[in-house]
Amino acid sequence: MARSPKKAEAAPITNIYEGSIPTARLKDKVTYRHVLAALVDNEAGVLARVIGLFSGRGYNIESLTVSEVDRDQHLSRVNLVTSGTRQVVEQIKAQLNRLVPIHIVRDLTDDGPSVARELALVKVVGTGEKRVEALRIGDIFRANVVDSTTQSFVFEVVGNTEKVDAFIDLMKPLGLVEVSRTGVAAIARGAAAIEG
Amino acid sequence: MAAEAIVPRPPAADSGESAAPEPMLGAQIVLKALEEQGVEVLFGYPGGAVLPIYDELFKQNSIRHILVRHEQGAVHAAEGYARSTGKVGCVLVTSGPGATNAVTGLTDALMDSIPIVCLTGQVPTHLIGNDAFQEADTVGITRPCTKHNYLVRDVDQLARVMHEAFYIARSGRPGPVVVDLPKDVAMALGQYVTAPRGIQRQQHKTYRPQLKPQPSAVEAAVTLMANAKRPLFYTGGGVINAGPRAVAALRELVRLTGFPITSTLMGLGSYPAEDSQWLGMVGMHGLYEANLAMHDCDVMINIGARFDDRVTGNLNYFSPGSKKIHVDIDASSLNKNVIVDVGVIGDAGIVLEEMLALWKARGYRADQQALKGWWRNIAQWRARDCLRYDQRGKIIKPQYAIQRLYELTKHRETYITTEVGQHQMWAAQFYRFEEPNRWMTSGGLGTMGYGLPAAIGAQIAHPDGLVVDIAGEASILMNIQELSTAVQHRLPVKVFIINNQYMGMVRQWQELLHGGRYSESYTDALPDFVKLAEAFGCVGLRVSDPAKVDETIEEMIAVKRPVVVDVVVDQKENCYPMIPSGKAHNEMLLGPDDGGDKPIEGEGLALV
Repeated sequence: MARSPKKAEAAPITNIYEGSIPTARLKDKVTYRHVLAALVDNEAGVLARVIGLFSGRGYNIESLTVSEVDRDQHLSRVNLVTSGTRQVVEQIKAQLNRLVPIHIVRDLTDDGPSVARELALVKVVGTGEKRVEALRIGDIFRANVVDSTTQSFVFEVVGNTEKVDAFIDLMKPLGLVEVSRTGVAAIARGAAAIEG
Repeated sequence: MAAEAIVPRPPAADSGESAAPEPMLGAQIVLKALEEQGVEVLFGYPGGAVLPIYDELFKQNSIRHILVRHEQGAVHAAEGYARSTGKVGCVLVTSGPGATNAVTGLTDALMDSIPIVCLTGQVPTHLIGNDAFQEADTVGITRPCTKHNYLVRDVDQLARVMHEAFYIARSGRPGPVVVDLPKDVAMALGQYVTAPRGIQRQQHKTYRPQLKPQPSAVEAAVTLMANAKRPLFYTGGGVINAGPRAVAALRELVRLTGFPITSTLMGLGSYPAEDSQWLGMVGMHGLYEANLAMHDCDVMINIGARFDDRVTGNLNYFSPGSKKIHVDIDASSLNKNVIVDVGVIGDAGIVLEEMLALWKARGYRADQQALKGWWRNIAQWRARDCLRYDQRGKIIKPQYAIQRLYELTKHRETYITTEVGQHQMWAAQFYRFEEPNRWMTSGGLGTMGYGLPAAIGAQIAHPDGLVVDIAGEASILMNIQELSTAVQHRLPVKVFIINNQYMGMVRQWQELLHGGRYSESYTDALPDFVKLAEAFGCVGLRVSDPAKVDETIEEMIAVKRPVVVDVVVDQKENCYPMIPSGKAHNEMLLGPDDGGDKPIEGEGLALV
């Protein structure tokens, strides 16, 4: 988190598909986790197009979030976490770019540093020492208690996927009964912005 | 809502005096947009949800409607029309079954990158989602089998969507686009807008395919070519889709460099087959010399082909020693199946012209010594005469029938379509094409039943051309009803059935892979094709004597009506040469004596 911000780039980030990709990088057989972001027209069926692409071509979706980000221009942003070899991830980006309502696709993993966050609501039921311990761990994770009864808490925890995973793991022996997660929202660091 | 259904027809808007344009019915907007987009022919089939459009169609004369007998036929006919002209093919079908019947055609057009706009009727907007009569979730069903699709809920968006549909269908990598039109929208009054022109036309909000390549990519490609010792052009349907400019540039570049050229099934005709630099088709049933050249080349120049599995065979052994250049307008084609060394994204015509200009400007000349040696290798492979067959005795060999058809029609303006199977491969091997847009076959999807409706579409576009569907007796039965369409519209298409009474390709694979257990591949109880033709009002001919093949073909050509020729051929003939599934290009079988009788085992068995 203490990363020093890079110098602001003046030019807006343009589409990734303007040139060819180095061959050596594509032959790498290691599987990577990639966070992709896409700006799309907020129209009926656009999410079905994205999901259909992934299921139809057998790509992984680890997490997918979508929400309108520009009401005037009817733009939504899709944040997508996937994993695959370089070749597969390049395919995913190219296939996404082919969808007509997609304005731009960005690889937040490849194209420089980025921040990724998700929010989870975690319901923990218990009494006595376990309940106290849950509250204590909640504190350590800077989780907010957003609902409470004499037997339960609902924690709101925000962070990267690993932090949320860790919190949930710790809550399991303390009476965790239900989890609701938003999936990842991500954005590149620095002054440059994705333009639709 | 019921009141909305009765909308008075507006007065004719031809007075031209009032400033604001008169509102029009949705159905009128559809026809006006089609007219503005230059549509001359619409292939379709009416039904409840599209009645308002058919009503407007009745009142006009500029667009010709071709009534098909099944909606799948409408889409294939539009494909035949599009592929033989380079224009967008246009289809009009009703909701529900009309749309679902069109799905095979749409998928076929998607796989082969054929520009199609398909208008589907839909139940009125207030009934959508209610399981209404003849309702289907058309946009849902067609989403994975179209390039893009629309459901128009607002009549004021209709004209814009129609124009956009045509732009998307024909731009970039072409493909099918569906416009789903609820009946109430077709009957509502709305504003017509004209298509964007000039720079606006190229500035779609999000869809802007990259036509001009990066100069550095072109330079890298040309440098590789200039230093090649064993180069090979490998071209595909992309060159034909890019139009006459691309074809002309390709021919010039190939001749200037002196390199050999092969092509996919989809690309036949972009380079003349009579030229000495032409090696013939590549791939599973491609020519021996083409496949060995693919395997042994050191620089492969792929223009508008997509490294399909029918071409590459086993990827692990695919052209192991070559640097690969790939030119494609679709970035997702690059590095999809084969990782290439130089990827060039752009329109094949523009890229080829830039390659040509750079080659000339640099004064490049291929390494003549190396090239001579390379051509010597090729000459040795050619000497194997891989398409050799024996026409002996009293039974017609299928190859002979197609070869005679070629010899007797090659000097005419001939358009060939095919169905799918052995006859298709023999047609690709034995019918030689000198020009693009003369060859229409279902390459990607492999749709049996494609050929007859595609021939109808091609004949509509070329009324004076000779259009022949080279068919198999199994495939032709999948869309035989379209003979009725040909008769109704007086289209003199010829159906040339290579009749071996088997689903030949299935039988061949069962022979090679499944120990000769011909499970369900024998077509028992075939119709009498001559009587069938006559029942439809066509002319039926039959030939089973090799000596009478020529006169039968000549009679077929002479009759200016739809003709069905039943060519009774050798039942046991297999299609060679062949790369068995799971094998490499240099493991090609030239014939049954070449180990073709050995069963295929291992991973090859699981491949299609």
